[in-house]
Amino acid sequence: MTEKEVIVLRDLLGTNKQVAAEIRKELRSRGILAVNLLSSPGSGKTTLLEALAERYRGRFRMAVIEGDIETERDAERIRAKGVPAWQITTGGACHLEARMVGKVLGGVPADLDFLFIENVGNLVCPASFDLGEELRCVLLSAPEGDDKPKKYPQAFLTADALLLTKLDLVPHVPFDPAKAAEEALSIKPGLRVFPVSALRGQGVDELAGYFVEALGRLRSGRA
Amino acid sequence: MHELSLVASLFEILEEKAREHRAVRITMVRLKVGELSCAVPELLESAFETYKKETIAGGARLVIEEVPVRFRCRDCGADRAGKEGTFACPSCGGRNVELLEGRDIVIERIELETDGPPAA
Repeated sequence: MTEKEVIVLRDLLGTNKQVAAEIRKELRSRGILAVNLLSSPGSGKTTLLEALAERYRGRFRMAVIEGDIETERDAERIRAKGVPAWQITTGGACHLEARMVGKVLGGVPADLDFLFIENVGNLVCPASFDLGEELRCVLLSAPEGDDKPKKYPQAFLTADALLLTKLDLVPHVPFDPAKAAEEALSIKPGLRVFPVSALRGQGVDELAGYFVEALGRLRSGRA
Repeated sequence: MHELSLVASLFEILEEKAREHRAVRITMVRLKVGELSCAVPELLESAFETYKKETIAGGARLVIEEVPVRFRCRDCGADRAGKEGTFACPSCGGRNVELLEGRDIVIERIELETDGPPAA
């Protein structure tokens, strides 16, 4: 019997990062902009995607990967807008991993412009898992409160854009969009902030334009 | 809550290392857990205890070292340790800080036993 010490130095998220890097490379080569949407449950991810589907109709082609613990409900809502959608039910897992996205990628049409990935509703765990996306957007809805960025810093730290959603509710709930944005910016300077009300159609054009610009950069190889 | 999937990845690596070194058992696993990794050491420990049964690491001890967050300021060059919150440089107040340490979860080293004689 021999005892031995072995230096390993391997990142537990290493396999996920590797798979994510392969997905990113493939999507870039196909000229598809992938966006990972991350937030608490009920902060308006699916409603926002429905609004984007209407904005892009006839101009850009989008598809959606839906992550949920159970049910096909979100994918059905997206399909009702004429947009292809794939539902990943994690069966309990609190986040999507790159391998899960990789499995459905083969079925995604080649001539796509945007691939939105709606993560499992959870402001904590999904932040640790790269899915191969080009842009990560974190949503914070008015009813959740403007004090959330510092309570869940990782989600904001890893995001490219902050979408302040359900702003039509601001007259009814204690939520200061400027305070929420300032707090998020103290964690992640340079974060792009978009005030949105998908219900009223406010801010959706600006956000749609932001993704179109990013798509242009990706296709000209400047991403 | 995602500690179980992290521990599943940990065991994929342990099995690979055990094959590589022809180990009969793994007796110790040393993990470095970043303060900003979103993994809770206590939850990693309980996931490890559950997962290890009937594996090559069935009798292994998990040692966790917590790694504090460390930033470097790209503007003034200051290097500091500090928890999340306001990621501004304490020296110049700049926001142009780079995260150096504290985000990853890394298996640093393991101890294992092999059947063979010690290497000469």
